[in-house]
Parts: sequence; C-alpha cells; structure tokens
Amino acid sequence: MTNSLIDIRGVHKRYGDVRAVDGVDLQVVTGEVFGLIGHNGAGKTTLFKMMLGLLPATSGDIHIGGKAVRGAAFREMRRSIGYLPESLALYDNLSGLETLRFFARLKGIDQTGCPVMLAKVGLAAAADQRVRGYSKGMRQRLGFAQALLGAPRLLFLDEPTNGLDPHGIQEFYQILRELRDRGVTVVLTSHILAEIQQRVDRLALMRNGRIQALGTVQSLREEQNLSLSLRVVLRDRGARGEAALRQLLAGQGIKEFESGAGVARIECSRAGKMALLGALAGLGAEIADIEVHEPSLEDVFLGYTDQLT
Amino acid sequence: MSRIEFREVGVIAGKEFHDRLRNRWVLAVGVVFTIFALVIAYFGAAQQGAVGFRSIDVTIASLVSLVIYLVPLIALILGYDSIVGERERGSLELLLSMPITRFELLLGKFLGLASALGVATVAGFGLAGVLLIYQIGSGAIFHYVGFIVSAVLLGLAFLSMAVMVSVLAQDRMRASGVAIALWFFYVLIYDLILLGVLVLSEGRFSMNFFPVLLLLNPADIFRILNIFGFEDVRQIYGLAAVFPETLANPWLLGSAMVFWILAPLGVATWRFK
Repeated sequence: MTNSLIDIRGVHKRYGDVRAVDGVDLQVVTGEVFGLIGHNGAGKTTLFKMMLGLLPATSGDIHIGGKAVRGAAFREMRRSIGYLPESLALYDNLSGLETLRFFARLKGIDQTGCPVMLAKVGLAAAADQRVRGYSKGMRQRLGFAQALLGAPRLLFLDEPTNGLDPHGIQEFYQILRELRDRGVTVVLTSHILAEIQQRVDRLALMRNGRIQALGTVQSLREEQNLSLSLRVVLRDRGARGEAALRQLLAGQGIKEFESGAGVARIECSRAGKMALLGALAGLGAEIADIEVHEPSLEDVFLGYTDQLT
Repeated sequence: MSRIEFREVGVIAGKEFHDRLRNRWVLAVGVVFTIFALVIAYFGAAQQGAVGFRSIDVTIASLVSLVIYLVPLIALILGYDSIVGERERGSLELLLSMPITRFELLLGKFLGLASALGVATVAGFGLAGVLLIYQIGSGAIFHYVGFIVSAVLLGLAFLSMAVMVSVLAQDRMRASGVAIALWFFYVLIYDLILLGVLVLSEGRFSMNFFPVLLLLNPADIFRILNIFGFEDVRQIYGLAAVFPETLANPWLLGSAMVFWILAPLGVATWRFK
C-alpha cells in the first residue's frame, strides 16, 4: 500500500520462549479507522506498544509516517501521535485542566487550547476539580482529551470506551467520526465488538501473536461464509401459516427453521439470500414483516477462533 | 545518541518540584531542618554539662551528626518511588509515549526532586543560620555556607542512589526496602565495619587504605568536608590520625561527592534504557 501511514514488516516480539508477537505484517492506510481485535493475550497490546516505540521489536521493522519507531526522527513524529492506554493512570493531585496543560507542555504545543479540549469531552465543569475526585468515565474522557492534544495525525486508542456510559460512548464515536472526516488515522482495540463493527474501515484479528484475519467486516463475513438470519412474522399465527411457510421454503437450502406463535427464524447461506427473499415474496400478504440479520463481528470473531480450537 | 531537549526535562522537573511545593513537602522538611538545627545548636554541648549557643565549630560538628542521619533518609524516601511508582501506577507508559526520551524523563525527575530537596535544605538550615549569626557572630558565615552546600551535595548523592534503586526495583515495596537498607549500610553500619577492620588489622593499612575507604561513603565524605577544617573537632573525631591532609582538599572531597551523585545516575540511565 503506497499511502500507508503505518508499515509493519516481519515483526516479532519474544519473551524467552514466549512469542508475544509472531511475524506480523500489517499496513494501515492514512485516514483509515483500523480495529485490532483478539482474545486476551493475543498480542494486541504488545503490538500497540511496539508501534508507539514503547517496546523494541525482537526482529522486524515498524515505520510510521516513513520513520522508524526509534531515534530523533520518531521523537518529532510523536508530537503528532495521540495515545490512550488501556490502563489509564493520571495524576490524582492535578486538576483536569492542569493535567492537560502538563501533557501539552510535554508535547510542546500551545496550552490555550486545553479548556476547549476539556469542553469537547464534556469536562468543562470539572476543569478545576482534582482528578482524585473524577469517576472512571471522567478519567477516560480526560485521557481521550489528552490523546487529542495537538491535533494528532495518528491516534492509538486501547479500549477507548472503557468505563464510559452509553451517552459517553455515543459522544466518543461522534468525535471519532469528526476525526475520520478530518483525515486522522485511528488504530483502536476493543473487546466490545458490536461497538466497533460499524465504525472501523478495516480490522485485523490477532491470535497467538499472529494476524489470523485481515480485511473489512464485510470481507471477513464473506470469508467465513457465515449464515444470515431472517426473522419472518406471519399474519396467520396458527399452524396453518407455518405449514405454508415450510412448504414454500422446501428446497431453498434452509439451514435452520424455528417457528412458533407466528414468528419464524430462518438461517440461510449468503448465496441463497436473494432466492429465499424471492420465495418469501411469493407468500404475499401472508407475511407481516421480514428482518434480515447479517452475522455480527462477534459471530465472525467466534467463527475464526473456533476454527483453531 | 539523540540531542537532549532541556525544555522537556524542565517540564518534568517543574512538575516534580511543584508537586512537592503543593503538598507542603518542602515546607515541612525545611521547618524540620530549622527546628532540629536550632535545638542541636543550643543543646549540642549538653553532654558536657553546658547548654546555649557556642562556637561555630562545635555548632557545625553537632549539626553534621544531625545531617548525616536525617538528610540521607529524607533523600532516599523522596526518590525511591520516582520511577517504580510511575511504572506501578501505569503512568510511565503514557509519559514515554510523549516526545521525551527515557534519559530526559530520568533527568527531569532527578532535577525536580533535587530542587525540592535543595530548597528545603538551604531554606531550613539557612534560616537557622540567620538566627545563629545573631548568637555566634557573622565571622563564621563562610564555614556555615560550606556546611549547607555540602549538606545539599550529600542529599543529592543519596537522592541519586534512590533514583537508581527506583529504576532497578521491580515494585515500590522492594524499592523502599532497598532504600532503607542503603541508609542502614551507609549511615550506621559502614563506619562500624571500617572501625572493626582498623582494629583487626591493628592499624597496618590505616594511612593507605582507610582514607580511600572513607571516600567510598558519601556520608563520610560529608563528615570529613565539614570537620577537617576545625582542628579541635578533628582531634575529637580522631580524623587527624587516619586521614592524610593531602586527601582532605575540599575540591577533591567535593569531586568525590559529585562522583557519588553522577555514578548512581549513570547506572540508572543505563538500566532505564
């Protein structure tokens, strides 16, 4: 990929006999929102830390913005990188505003934008309050504000919605949308797959230190060839309606069929979806409603992980 | 090796210093130094059956004993969790993701803590000195200033050791244990060992080996720096017999103290990478 902002080639990280990261090749394109998912201990955080230059790779190369993640050149690059760690620890004795000012000074950027940044993450009212008195969600918001200081070109967000309430999660993804619109590249991890499946452009699934799958959510769904699920609501809630449905669907390649109380749940292959919908259309007014459910990212994740268990 | 950015060093140092100002650490330590200095200056000769402010040499000799116990302990407590504490809390990772090198972070930490310790020492003993001048005259001000400077250097040497321990230790608990062990060793045990060796060897290597061994302990360097200039006190401490005058050069002793500040910091820098 020619416009890769992050370029990882043949990266290994070993701790004695343990291979935390085992031969990862990965490119993240400028302006992309990239998800890194995997079970605990899959190597996501280790790879994150190596991308940030916090851990040296045992072998292989990592370049960000064309610069190796070490030395003076990468130090300058760090001014345009924001990082929100999974285990966020801030200074309890400082207020929210003082915390941002401290990190702004370290990044060498103007501190006058700090109050605005606090307001952006919904902490304007708590700006002068000591972090000691912040809730977990408020700390996470402050951590996010810290990562956004200096208008970064690249953001690394490790479990960014940890501790946020639903309102906070919604605000976080709103800000993420704005960043994507501005062309900021984002790499994020999350265990809440339902949250990120609509929000990442591509993702990598890590397992045992390796990238097991890489692509868009849709391409991974197709690669897994997971069934789609349809929920069909019949007008006739009696056995007659179900029997008619069963008869109609005979020979349509139906994988599963469950029904009761006038509601049927049907599973079919992606290839058979249109044929099935066509057949259902044949029932006409007998059908009150049809819902089509694509396999979730969680189904895809479990599909890949089950392959090797 | 990349260039040192002193602006970033200053940001870290400034935070460490202001943290100690804000939580009144500097004030508390300064007040402790002032009170102890005045009390010891007044009661320093009580064992000889007299109280009251006496000559500067006796006053400094009394204060030296206080400083040797107190300053290393305070410096070790101040610095032992400077790095391991950040690591254990999880804030080190975020700091190191900033445009700052590990060496700059370490240097900033040390300089910030050193400033806090230095200000507390100078203010504490300085205020006591101002009060003492009224009692014992201003003629000895040069010696007293030298005493304060050497007390600061002693503090920095032990602070440097504490930072080194903080880098090497796996957790805060172990770091605090090692820091206390260092204090016991250098302040309480080291001289006893030397004394034992001196007695066992029946003074055979006293003029060659013993003075060098004294330079291996910053607390002893501090003692020699402050005591050697006063003939009476030197005789009382028995230093004249075992420490050659050629080695008692203040610049040499000062250099040895600077070595004790730089060497542990060097080890800390090497291991922190």
